Amino acid sequence: MADVLGLYNYWVVIFLMMTGFYIVISRRNLIKKVIGLSIFQTSVFLLYITIGKVRGGTAPIVADGFEVYSNPLPSVLILTAIVVGVATASVALALVVRIREAYETIEEDEIFEQDR
Amino acid sequence: MSSTVDLEVQTVTALLLTLLCVTALAVVRMRNLWAAVMLMGIYSFLGASWMLLLDAPDVAFTEAAVGAGISTILALATLALTTTRSKQPARSQAGPLAIVTVTGAVLMYGTVDMPRFGDPEAPASTYPHPSYVERTEHDIHIPNVVTAVLGSYRGYDTLGETVVIFTAGISVLLLLQGSRRRTRDEGGGESP
Repeated sequence: MADVLGLYNYWVVIFLMMTGFYIVISRRNLIKKVIGLSIFQTSVFLLYITIGKVRGGTAPIVADGFEVYSNPLPSVLILTAIVVGVATASVALALVVRIREAYETIEEDEIFEQDR
Repeated sequence: MSSTVDLEVQTVTALLLTLLCVTALAVVRMRNLWAAVMLMGIYSFLGASWMLLLDAPDVAFTEAAVGAGISTILALATLALTTTRSKQPARSQAGPLAIVTVTGAVLMYGTVDMPRFGDPEAPASTYPHPSYVERTEHDIHIPNVVTAVLGSYRGYDTLGETVVIFTAGISVLLLLQGSRRRTRDEGGGESP
């Protein structure tokens, strides 16, 4: 029982990850795909932060009266990842705008149709 | 006393996780892109709340500001330049669903070997030796260890990060350069 509770967070993260993955492979709208990618990305952030939590710990800000701190390193990694993530997402969205200008559509199948 | 606090935290966590899953599923179903973008904002904000419960306040407020704020604005700007409706998926969804189910099952099987949630003996929490947390204030004079690592111990990584953002900004400018000039008059008619 304790085993299942200790893994529960990972399973929620995997569920979110697979939801994002599903959007990317099943939807043909390019903006929808970018949204799916960012759901996937956020789930990875949550995975790292879950790994960093230490039982009975507190936020890693050194202060008197606290002995146990959660791991600060996943936080540092993910802070960088969030900012890089929004940078890559903005490039993807700019590409979508360009595709719309060139093809008059952002539906994948219609774009393939025109390229045929 | 501490067990009641534990119970409260667990209840709030369970609620947040349920809402996260429901929001993600709603994004899958949503065909109106404007609503999907708004739901993404909610999703990011729920994620940020969970991060706060997991002792990562720095990440939580970055996610709330950048994930729920700036991302949403960028996505809305894209919608204004393109369209807010997505077509009904015509293909059968059985294939993607099968792929996702199998991948998810394999990943869940993989988690059986993972250290349990909150384990102080987990490899992630024992290496490098956690004593650097106590030394941070002496070394860098900042009590917040996350800030100290980000700004000083691993300052070069943060510099690299700003280079990535700069590159992305340049790319967006180059991609959209002159887009107004190229856009024909009927082109932007579908903005909300």
